[in-house]
Amino acid sequence: MENIICACGHSNPFGTKLCEKCGRPLTEEEKQNKVVDMRYDGTAIRSKTYNKSIVDKIWNFFSSVKVGIALIIITLIAASIGTLLPQEFYVKASDMEKGAYYEDVYGFVGKIYYTLGLSDLYSSWWFQILVGMLAVSIIVASLDRGIPLYKSLKNQRVKRHESFLKRQRIVAEGQITASPEETLSKVEKKMTEMKYIVRRDGSALLAEKGRFSRYGPYINHVGLIIFLTGVMLRLVPGFYVDESIWVREGETRAITGMDGYFIENRDFILETHDNAPQGEQLKQGVNVVAKNFQTDITLYKQPKDAIAGDTENLEKVRDYSIRVNHPLKEEGYALYQMDYRLNELKQMNFQLVNKSTEQSLGKVGIDLTNPKKEYDLGNGVSVKLLVYTPDFSGFENGVPQTATSVPNNPAFLFKMTTPETPKGETSFVAIKQTLEPLGENQYKMKFESVETRDMSGFTIRKDRTIPILFVGGIIFMIGVAIGSYWNHRRLWLQVEPDGHVLMAAHVNKNMFSMKKDLDAVTAFAGLPQYKDQLEPSEEGEESTNRGNTKKEGDNTL
Amino acid sequence: MSLIDLSGNLLFVAFLAYLVATLLFGGAIKQSNASGKNTDKWGKLAIVVTIIGFLSQIGYFITRWVYTGHAPVSNMFEFTTAFGMFIVGAFILIYFIYRLTALGLVALPVALLIIAYASMFPTEVSPLVPSLQSHWLTIHVITAAMGQSILAISAVAGLIYLLKVVDLNKPSKQRFWLEAVMYCLVVVLGFVIVSSTFSAMDYESKYTYIDKEGMSRQITYNLPPIFGMNEYEVVEEHGMSPLVEMPALINAKKLTTVVWSLLIGSLLYLFIRLIARRRISAIFQPLVKRVNLQLLDEVGYRSVIIGFPVFTLGALIFAMIWAQLAWSRFWGWDPKEVWALITWLFYAAFLHLRLSKGWEGEKSAWLALIGFGIILFNLIAVNLILAGLHSYA
Repeated sequence: MENIICACGHSNPFGTKLCEKCGRPLTEEEKQNKVVDMRYDGTAIRSKTYNKSIVDKIWNFFSSVKVGIALIIITLIAASIGTLLPQEFYVKASDMEKGAYYEDVYGFVGKIYYTLGLSDLYSSWWFQILVGMLAVSIIVASLDRGIPLYKSLKNQRVKRHESFLKRQRIVAEGQITASPEETLSKVEKKMTEMKYIVRRDGSALLAEKGRFSRYGPYINHVGLIIFLTGVMLRLVPGFYVDESIWVREGETRAITGMDGYFIENRDFILETHDNAPQGEQLKQGVNVVAKNFQTDITLYKQPKDAIAGDTENLEKVRDYSIRVNHPLKEEGYALYQMDYRLNELKQMNFQLVNKSTEQSLGKVGIDLTNPKKEYDLGNGVSVKLLVYTPDFSGFENGVPQTATSVPNNPAFLFKMTTPETPKGETSFVAIKQTLEPLGENQYKMKFESVETRDMSGFTIRKDRTIPILFVGGIIFMIGVAIGSYWNHRRLWLQVEPDGHVLMAAHVNKNMFSMKKDLDAVTAFAGLPQYKDQLEPSEEGEESTNRGNTKKEGDNTL
Repeated sequence: MSLIDLSGNLLFVAFLAYLVATLLFGGAIKQSNASGKNTDKWGKLAIVVTIIGFLSQIGYFITRWVYTGHAPVSNMFEFTTAFGMFIVGAFILIYFIYRLTALGLVALPVALLIIAYASMFPTEVSPLVPSLQSHWLTIHVITAAMGQSILAISAVAGLIYLLKVVDLNKPSKQRFWLEAVMYCLVVVLGFVIVSSTFSAMDYESKYTYIDKEGMSRQITYNLPPIFGMNEYEVVEEHGMSPLVEMPALINAKKLTTVVWSLLIGSLLYLFIRLIARRRISAIFQPLVKRVNLQLLDEVGYRSVIIGFPVFTLGALIFAMIWAQLAWSRFWGWDPKEVWALITWLFYAAFLHLRLSKGWEGEKSAWLALIGFGIILFNLIAVNLILAGLHSYA
């Protein structure tokens, strides 16, 4: 592709719309326009210049703002569909039962929702591809426009051709009586006062302010890409840990996912507000409002040379109270108070009693998580624990079964031996139930008391992507802020020796404030009154004066 | 007078001030049509009354904060009231940049409706659950509400823009949708009227019902039941019995509220149409005849550009930081989170359409209205219909 030689002699790259040096319009289209398109300062944009090879086509597809907007809208609609019914990870059902759950609770709609995979929409391949395409679009569009814009703004000349100035939105033309030098100096003084950077070149002057705000959109796009990269890095092993454990009061456990660390649950505390229920609370039938969920813990670490599983010589790291909103942080890991279970059975106490005399031969306390096989009460009295089911669920072929390993419904098969019954008597004891499978006994295990304890559920997280996300977020905010709260204002002024003045101004947004600056400088330096070429001069003429109405139809803007 | 009573009174004063200011703004615009001489006087008075109302509402906010010990943004009443307050604040800010009197004529009624809507929820002080006990409650919620309110001003400017440009004499899609927006505002008024009437009468009907998980529960209606809950049985009933029973999936109580609001709102709408003998948009059109369209467009765009970064910071970034602390993950695809993201994506699309595709003027005004619709959906529907972690009220 050949370079375009402008009338001023400057050689511009193919695709340039306004000469890089003097600003003359180079294409027929720009020549026709009453007001030039200053978005990229008329530089050659790759996507609008080449469209031959496959690479061009792909590049042009992703650099198109139209495609970008379409991707945003599709993502937006897809995301909203995912909120119609609760997502799978909020449903309390096992993986196998989830389909049935959706059908039971939401009927036919629920079945379709589940079958289409909408119940796990955000981790579906197509949603991720959508976000990926959005990311590609952000990168390509930013490179496509950001680099040429940067080059063009960096190499701006002070002197521009008349045809460039006259095609700006704000133009002023006229004669002045004061000397050209005096006018230029006055304008320079006033513009410098208003914090513009002023450059002069003979009879020409360029005052510029807030150029960096033009880079705002590109900076925020960089931030977004860093953020999305961070999100993707979670898939890399080691970057992300998400585990959970239950720890009972008094127990010390190895922390899953956090090698070499142990946690002791010293006490779980549940506090409630002691307010009288009222209003919404009363309506929902909630009697108490929780005030605090807290676990007092001690964190331990294995010494460096310890053998795995050796819990004897733990080094104490520190004591801490883990509360909601106040996780324990250690070496990049964080432990959260996520759940609790109150009053789990810890120990059951029985008396071995003679049925007829009610005389006790001794007390047996059974630790429900770690029961002994045999309890020797002395004097030839002993109780053997033949079978222990922590969560008794019934008999199968005469053998008691357990549903889980949590002592929710403990049941025992005892063999009681006393001097009177040296062969031993067998008794099956469950809550509110006693069976004597091998005939009538003389002795029984009389239930006396139960000891309970609380359990705390912790989530262990390590997310090494957080700093990356944070950096991405900060860069994004900086980019958005400078792109939003600052604007790029430019004023070109040319005063011929004969007193002929041509002034033009451009601002990328907030024309309102620009006009205030213009009013100030016009009054101060006695410049001719400017005119806004896009503003309808009179009511009813709006349609003819809209200047760049072609914008909407343009293909890959 | 206790602090909480004082707080309630200050809110009431603010409400009255906004009402008076709306009328004054109306007067200011009417005057400018006639001679243009008194505009300044009326306009100045209107903005002074607005500021008095705003200060009074800030007084409400602070006294309630002192009384409860936490920022009063923790339930539906508190948050929505604060949202109304920030809309007025954003309006005052934009007013002093652009001195556009017409904005007040729409911004204040919108704020009034929002505050009235808020006061239909229980106003008692309720203690905070552990997950809300964090400084991030103050930081996240207030910043998010501020962002939303500044964005709301763009819808206000958009509505005025459309009231001026849409030709109400010829049938068109624009005319229909503009009137639909007005109708929605009247329905909100209908909700306020019907809720406050029955709550003044202390209306209550109690039922038991079977929920979608098969559990038996009790429910209290504060409006006469039109729809009954799944397999409902009467505990205590007044006035009327439910006409139709709903399946377990649908909350018949909320549906009843919606239908009552639509009913009363529609009656009110018909009444206005009959009295005025024209569309509601046509009632307002003469008032905005003189507004400068370019300036309105600029205000609409400026408020999006000012509001978007604030919204991003409050509703996404601060939200993620807090979620990481309280729930152990910065993002969990909770409906409220998703809808904040949707709002953000929508305004991102708005800005791209405007900057790259030249969607200015009327198109931009319609987009601003849709954006505000999404914000309201996130406030109302997500909290009340799509249950999630944010449904505190």
